[in-house]
Amino acid sequence: MAIKVKFFAMLKTKTGKEEANLTVPDGISFDKLKDILKKEFPALAEFIDRKSVIISVNQEFADKNTVIKDGDEVALLPPFSGG
Amino acid sequence: MINTGARGLRLGVRDETINMDLVRIQKQDFDINKEVELVKAASKSIGGVVAFLGTARDISKGEEIVKLDFEHYSGMAEKKLKEIRDAALKNFNIIEMGIVHRTGAIDIGENIVLIIAAAQHRNDAFMACEWAITELKRITPIWKRETTKKGAVWVEEHP
Repeated sequence: MAIKVKFFAMLKTKTGKEEANLTVPDGISFDKLKDILKKEFPALAEFIDRKSVIISVNQEFADKNTVIKDGDEVALLPPFSGG
Repeated sequence: MINTGARGLRLGVRDETINMDLVRIQKQDFDINKEVELVKAASKSIGGVVAFLGTARDISKGEEIVKLDFEHYSGMAEKKLKEIRDAALKNFNIIEMGIVHRTGAIDIGENIVLIIAAAQHRNDAFMACEWAITELKRITPIWKRETTKKGAVWVEEHP
């Protein structure tokens, strides 16, 4: 299935792109998605591992119970600094 | 019913039509008096209005800041701000709340964020406003890049 991955702030700088389209196995778990993201974007692995990056799916904060579906919009969100 | 905070009010200023929803993210500066009037228009029972205004300071961790740039996750950031307003209306004894955050390049001294809480009495407005800015920093996907004389850095944490 196909998903879109979006990058923001320093993660956009690290990957050099705003978004990417990925093909991933149907019905993958959230943890598996994280493994795929680390493999596809090695520059982001340390951020994902040290949990300083929050992952959202369809603009909602995701966790290990989140189901990933075809066409979903996944985003990697570094620590927020608004306000 | 989900309260979106959208009043649908549109005020024509010069040749532009500015979106005046109670909760929004925008590039241009905001007029604090107009924002207060928008919130106060909710009810004649309002007797206390508390506003938090965040502005761009020229120093961070001892470094002189030349300018700031803000980026947001369009769609999700607005959604989180609306959630904050909805939660504030539900959990505090306030009548109305407005939240405006700017995005893009912001010079030193300029306005960044405005939160206005209106209640019958001041204490409820103070509490809701303080909670809302803390929650905004915690859950809203907005990022700040500081430019110093050494270069530009995305801020990784906020005080």
